[in-house]
Order: sequence, then C-alpha cells, then structure tokens
Amino acid sequence: MDVIVLFVIITALVFDFTNGFHDTANAMATSIATGALKPKVAVALSGVLNLVGAFLSVAVAKTISSGLVEDTKITPAVIFGGLIGAIVWNLLTWLLGLPSSSSHALFGGLIGATWVAAGADAVHFGTVVSKILIPAVLAPIVAGVVALVGTYLAYRITSRAHRATVGAGFKTGQVVSASMVSLAHGTNDAQKTMGVITLTLVTAGALAPGSGPPFWVILAAGLAIAAGTYVGGWRIIRTLGNRITEIETPQGFAAETSSTAVILVSSQLGFPLSTTQVCSGAIFGAGAGRRLAQVRWSLAGQMVIAWVLTLPAAAIVGALAGWVAETGTVGTVVVAAAGLAIAGAIYALSRGEPVDAHNVNEVPVGAPKAAAVTSV
Amino acid sequence: MGVTIDWGALGMVFFVSFGSAIGVIVLFALGVSALAGLNSAQSQAAHKVTESPWARPVAMLCFLGCALVVAYGLYLIIK
Repeated sequence: MDVIVLFVIITALVFDFTNGFHDTANAMATSIATGALKPKVAVALSGVLNLVGAFLSVAVAKTISSGLVEDTKITPAVIFGGLIGAIVWNLLTWLLGLPSSSSHALFGGLIGATWVAAGADAVHFGTVVSKILIPAVLAPIVAGVVALVGTYLAYRITSRAHRATVGAGFKTGQVVSASMVSLAHGTNDAQKTMGVITLTLVTAGALAPGSGPPFWVILAAGLAIAAGTYVGGWRIIRTLGNRITEIETPQGFAAETSSTAVILVSSQLGFPLSTTQVCSGAIFGAGAGRRLAQVRWSLAGQMVIAWVLTLPAAAIVGALAGWVAETGTVGTVVVAAAGLAIAGAIYALSRGEPVDAHNVNEVPVGAPKAAAVTSV
Repeated sequence: MGVTIDWGALGMVFFVSFGSAIGVIVLFALGVSALAGLNSAQSQAAHKVTESPWARPVAMLCFLGCALVVAYGLYLIIK
C-alpha cells in the first residue's frame, strides 16, 4: 500500500473528528443554552447518537464528490489535499466560533485540489452553483421561516397556560428534538468519511471497485466523529446557543424540530441541505418568532461571510496541499507536517480565550446576556 | 455551465418540512398547555385556568401524535 493511502486514511479520520466537534452545536447548542441538557451530558448524548448513526444507514456514499468534480480525475493526492484544506478551514472557523458547513469545506478542498491536478475543466461549476451555492442561500431561509412560524405558534398556543410548566414541558421535548438532529447528523456525516476512505482503498487496489466500506472503516469513522462530537466545539456552541439570541425552551424546541424536519425532508427528496446552515437559520427564525426577543442580526452577517468564504478558502488550501502532495512521498510528508503545524498554532491561539463546558453559557462582555431560562 | 435548480423539489422540501415541523410544534404546544392548565389548576386554586377532565387525555393524544411523527422520522433515518 502506498504511503499516500495511509496518509489519506489518517487525514480522513482527522477530518471526521473536526466535522464532529464543529457540528456538535447544530444539535445541542440550544439545549445547552436553555439548560434542557447539561453541557457534558449533551455532548455525550450527541456523540453516542453520532456513533449509532454511523452504523444505522446502509446507504453508503458511493461518490464523495457528488458530481462536483470529474470522479475519474480524483487521485489519493487530490483527496489528501482536499482533506487538508477542509481541516484547516474547519479549525479556523472553530477558532472564530463561526458555524460553517463541514461538507462545503470538504467539497471546496476537493475542488481546489482537482483544479490544480487536472485543470479547471475537471470541475463542474454548474453543479457547484446548483448543489452548493443555491442550497446555501435557501437552507437558512427555509429553516428560518419554519422555525419562525413554529415559535410564534408555540408561544401563541401556550400564552394562557402556566408558564413554568410550559417551560418544563418544552425542556423535556428538547431532549428528543436535539437527539433527532444528532442522529440525522450521524447518518449523514460519518458516511462522508467512510466514502472517502473506501474510495481511496478502491483507487489503491485494496478493495474491489463498487465495494461497500469494510467494518473497520465504519467503526473508525463512527468513533472519530463521535469522539469529535464529545470533545465539543464549545466556541460554536456558545455562538449558536447564546450569542444570536436569548433562547427559551419553546424556541429551542421549535428550532430543533424545524431543523430535523428540513434535514430529513430535504435528504429524502434529493435536495440535501447543509445541516449547519439549516440549524443556524432555524435559530435565527426561532429568535425572530418570539415577540420582544433581541436577535443579533450582525452575527448573521458574519456567518454569511464565513459561508461564502468556506468553499474558496478550503479550495485554495486544498489546491496548494494537493499540488505539493502530488510530488511524491516527501511532498506528502511536508503537507502533513504543515497541516499539523497549522492545527497546533490554531489550538495554541484558542488557549488564549478558552471556551469549554464550564463557561459555554457565559457571554463575553459587551454581548447581551442570555439567562439560563427555566421558565417561559 | 448547466445550472439546474429543481424548483419543484425545493418547493416540496419547503412545504413538507413546514407541514411536519409546524404540525409537531402545534401538537406539542397544545399538549403542554393542556397539562399546564391542569397543573396550575391543581397547585394554585386561585389561578383562573380552565380545569377540564379532558385535559390529561387530550395532552396524551397530542404527545402520541408527536411520538408517531418522531417514529416516522426515525424510520426515515434508519431505513
């Protein structure tokens, strides 16, 4: 087996890990913010459900590129470069506490790496527009409108009922709705890494073409994403749970229910939308749906900028990494070392202002304080 | 570059997710407020809330409806 294949497998699992902690917030941010789940319990539950999700679905991603690039032009070096680009972007956005799509980062990395390896013709830009750009604009809007109406109705219906009991009821409901988002996430995202590793093994001749992922691949991918989820991207959890708006339990329930519905329905109808963008949009919608709730729309601007940059930024890193990795084993090792150095630097920077399970609900000075809401 | 957007599929995504999510939220809110009315009537007699013998069965029916939708969601995830 080539060295590059080993590197790709390890890098794919690292990407899976970053995918896990980057996306913990999608399922758990509002539950942690409202106190429906204790921070550590929330990430543990989400981690377990992601692991379960990895084993649940038998629909293996046969193609990792989704037609964005010419599949025949994909080499292990391209995949390696793409993964490095995706990991670097995931780490950077995590440092800034910005939710951004891990799938878009992966696609961006692959596009960049393919572009330098096989030329611009190998990239299907029409597919990029219709599969990434348009859905990226629509996902948060669809989820936001559903969550907005849902939140409005939830408050309307319960307006005359005993407030503390209503709050407690929705708190219980949130445990289920958050679990559903986690499970849906696990079945989708762990698959992506399995697809990457399986495809690499096929191109290396270690597996027959058309093979499904071997058991160890499923287990490794499931464990990597679950471990990442358990570590928890606390910076992003804080952004989604506390910085956008002060979230109460009916809003959390409405946001998570809307997210689950949009994610499941869109993937069933062949129009899959980014989990991250759906969940972020739903939280803004839930914020706007409650009267007198303060929504920090300026944060939406920052997120949109991060979403717009995700694909090109990951593409540039992916292109550079793929280009160096193509030169051979030395190049591959150089790229891996550079990737480790960047990851180390970002981690060191994050220690300057650490965010973890203990202070995730504390909002930095200057931002509106979100109370740990027990009543409505 | 052939940009194709399946507006039909997108419209379906919107309406089906809107219908299912709003359905669950409304049912859950109805169930919770039925229970909440019951609780407050029991705990604080002075509080003026409609106390109905139907409150608990209605709440259970609402939650059952939610549970069915969740079960269907699980089926979609697992199948």
